[in-house]
Amino acid sequence: MADPMRIRAALAGDETTVRVLMSHPMEPGTRKDASGALIPAHYIKDVEATVNGKSVLKAMFSGSVSQNPFLSFKFKGAAKGDKVTVKWTDSKGDSRTDEAAIA
Amino acid sequence: MNQPMAIRHVLLAAALTATVGAVQAQGNAALDGIAKYREMLQDGNPAELFEMKGEELWKQKRGPKNASLEQCDLGKGPGVIAGAFTEMPRYFKDTGKVMDLETRLIHCMVTLQGFDEAALYKAAPSIGKGEGANLVAITTYVATQSKGMRFNLPYNTEQEKTMYEVGKRLFFQRGGPHDFACSTCHGTEGGRIRLQDLPNLTKNPGDGIGFAAWPAYRVSNSQMWTMQKRLNDCYRQQRFPEPKFGSDATIALGVYMGVNAKGAESIVPAIKR
Repeated sequence: MADPMRIRAALAGDETTVRVLMSHPMEPGTRKDASGALIPAHYIKDVEATVNGKSVLKAMFSGSVSQNPFLSFKFKGAAKGDKVTVKWTDSKGDSRTDEAAIA
Repeated sequence: MNQPMAIRHVLLAAALTATVGAVQAQGNAALDGIAKYREMLQDGNPAELFEMKGEELWKQKRGPKNASLEQCDLGKGPGVIAGAFTEMPRYFKDTGKVMDLETRLIHCMVTLQGFDEAALYKAAPSIGKGEGANLVAITTYVATQSKGMRFNLPYNTEQEKTMYEVGKRLFFQRGGPHDFACSTCHGTEGGRIRLQDLPNLTKNPGDGIGFAAWPAYRVSNSQMWTMQKRLNDCYRQQRFPEPKFGSDATIALGVYMGVNAKGAESIVPAIKR
């Protein structure tokens, strides 16, 4: 089971800023270990953020994104207390979903 | 003959001033750039992931005794963690030893949870896996609960005073193939290695600098480093034999730096390049 994400969402005016910190090794699949063997790829491929069931962000990540990725984005049309849900799916089919209320 | 010489002197002096000025301006621009980069990183500091994991481990019932760490006494009474970190290393009556946060946490994992002490010390240097990674997370969690507080080690027992003196001697002890000491880099003002500022650790280097900036997340290798790891790597860089995890030498250096940093604000968890 993957480690939890840290999600913070804050409303300012009519704009909500969401900041997400994901816990993931993000192994690109091109690195070699001490014995010269290739370390298999293991990275987040898809990220989707939804608010009240409506998709507000879809992203495709690749192995070039750093370990423990940080993602920040803004959107309009949400109210305080609405739940932001973020889900990622990685190259091994593993996934993790977390949510946070907009403050 | 005399006049042209004098003119040449003046010109030379002017040229020197201009060169020095340019070097300084360049230095400041570079440092400002780094400060801005750090500020940007601070917003999404992955240290928070370690903190979250540490909080879970602190409260979770684990080990042969199936107990949590919530009754761990870090010097301010069982279970008190706010402000504990900024008063460590300190002397503990129950063990008769001066301990830093990490060795004290191991002590609690042994006494409260029933883990094997030797196994924990063996696992501790491997910060990326198993109990070593768990200890880093718990250390980050506990240290973070003192964020914004100022270092104020008790420093009132014979044992702590001895440790301070030992730490001071170690700090200035030169050795290794490069004839280095901690003081070679950290004993003067305004030094740097490439673009890294070197804090003067023989005094309070300021808020959130030096001793007050660890544990920290290092962006370059995606690792969370505690003070034990920081000291170990300092010795490796000096080409000294690496000190054992939690050894008296590392704790003595911690007391020396911690007492010197009195009044410095802890910014833990920090983020480094």
